[in-house]
Amino acid sequence: MIQVESLTKRYGAHTAVDDVSFTAAPGEVTGFLGPNGAGKSTTLRILTGLTPADAGTATIGGRRFAELPNPGREVGVLLDASAQHAGRTGREVLGVAAHVMGLPTARVDETLDVVGLSAAESRRRVRQYSLGMRQRLGLATALLARPGVLVLDEPANGLDPAGIRWMRDLLRSYADGGATVLLSSHLLHEIEQVADRIVVIGGGRVVASGTTESLLAASGTLARATDPEALRRALDAARLAHREQAGSLRVDADPAEVASIAHAAGVLLVELRPAGGAGLEETFLRLTAETARERVTTDGGVR
Amino acid sequence: MTTSTRLAPSPVLLDVPPDPIPFGRVVTTELRKAFDTRSGLWLLVAVAATAALASAGVAWWAPEELLTFETFATAVGVPTGFLLPVIAVLSVTSEWSQRTGLTTFTLVPRRSRTIAAKAVAMLGVAVVSMLVAMGIGALGTLAGSALRDVEPTWDTSAVMLATTVLAQVLSVAVGLVLGLVMRQSAAALVGYFVFAFVLPPVGQVLAATQSWYADVQGWVDFGFTQTKLYDTDLGGREWWQLATVVTLWLLVPAAVGLWRLRRAEVA
Repeated sequence: MIQVESLTKRYGAHTAVDDVSFTAAPGEVTGFLGPNGAGKSTTLRILTGLTPADAGTATIGGRRFAELPNPGREVGVLLDASAQHAGRTGREVLGVAAHVMGLPTARVDETLDVVGLSAAESRRRVRQYSLGMRQRLGLATALLARPGVLVLDEPANGLDPAGIRWMRDLLRSYADGGATVLLSSHLLHEIEQVADRIVVIGGGRVVASGTTESLLAASGTLARATDPEALRRALDAARLAHREQAGSLRVDADPAEVASIAHAAGVLLVELRPAGGAGLEETFLRLTAETARERVTTDGGVR
Repeated sequence: MTTSTRLAPSPVLLDVPPDPIPFGRVVTTELRKAFDTRSGLWLLVAVAATAALASAGVAWWAPEELLTFETFATAVGVPTGFLLPVIAVLSVTSEWSQRTGLTTFTLVPRRSRTIAAKAVAMLGVAVVSMLVAMGIGALGTLAGSALRDVEPTWDTSAVMLATTVLAQVLSVAVGLVLGLVMRQSAAALVGYFVFAFVLPPVGQVLAATQSWYADVQGWVDFGFTQTKLYDTDLGGREWWQLATVVTLWLLVPAAVGLWRLRRAEVA
């Protein structure tokens, strides 16, 4: 169980993390979602004791990270896959970590196998690793002790689509085994497929949080009619908010309600579905628009 | 690299917290990390090679009256004394320059503990390296005298051996402190070379030309006072001078560096 309460961190006049609170529960994957610079990494670094907080607390199983007697045994951490000594072999990186945690050396080979690094690859120096391989090595370090809690910052960076899918499956089954998994990403579609709960952060603040299902359900319905103008009029008459999104209308209502309005107005629908990911993406962009570096149009395009 | 489905690990959910990491294990970890990288490995090879070359050189070319234990031990000890501090510097700075601190300090969150372990490991290496230097010195004395058909000369005392080891320990401590204060490999290495090779001649010139400096040199010039450990038996005054320069150049900067490091961001 990870508990973050009213966490605040300032750098001069800039507030990187602003009163952030959330929990990540055992058996669940919690997605920590936000654009670059939203405060995700700073929050995770405070959680793992690398950065001191100005206010608030972050605990794991009720204790601050620094109070854990052998943190690697309880919390697997991957904050930056590139943060490894270029002149050390992958196997040795794991060997050192296993040694300090007091794990048998056999665990190194087992874990290399879990993350899909071959014996030959493990004997190469990290300098020669691709970002994807470093990401696997970093995940191996986090998984070495099979800890009950995982804290991963952008673990899918540098992985190819098959690798992303593999990691998603691995984290899913790991959480199903009772672990608390907290992972951050700036990509919604990476998170929504694996996370049970999502915490959206923008400008250092939590702007939305809840189960993935509820966040997706709240994101409305996509409808497309042969006569878009007629559908628009019908929705206006029913006082339902809507806006254009990728050639369809996104309506703040569930599909059944939109269907009955269209039916009553005699409008033929050719597409009707929960907005789901597309809707959450839109919500996500809107929620974080103030802090995003690019200005975002309402249909999700970037200009 | 393959992505086929393989054994999916399950978490080990602990009912009781694991045992704390014993300090000795942090020390052995840091010792391992100092030599398991490409740079660490080559520095070790360089130390061994210069030591071997220096003793061979002495055995072949030194005039007979210099074919003594001290010459051999110095031939090994001096190059070792220059290279080991570099390993000490890197053992601290690589946590930042190579960014391994991210892993190191999440596995051992109390940073002062890791730094203390590095100090114990590196100072231990300094002692062992001098014992090896003396072993080579002894072998060289026997082999050299046999080769050149002269009597082996044992021209040293137990006190001298001990002060030589202490001098070596202090050299390595300089590397550690520079790493601790600078936290950046290039800057700390430049700092080390300035400290070890530029400041001593500057101090000499200053002492030769400015009488006021000559009077205080023993109390402020680290290199000058440290070198006395190799030369003569130290008197009470010299020990006080040594304590003063060690406090000034090592203990105070180390305390400041450690204080800052415990609060620093690990990037």
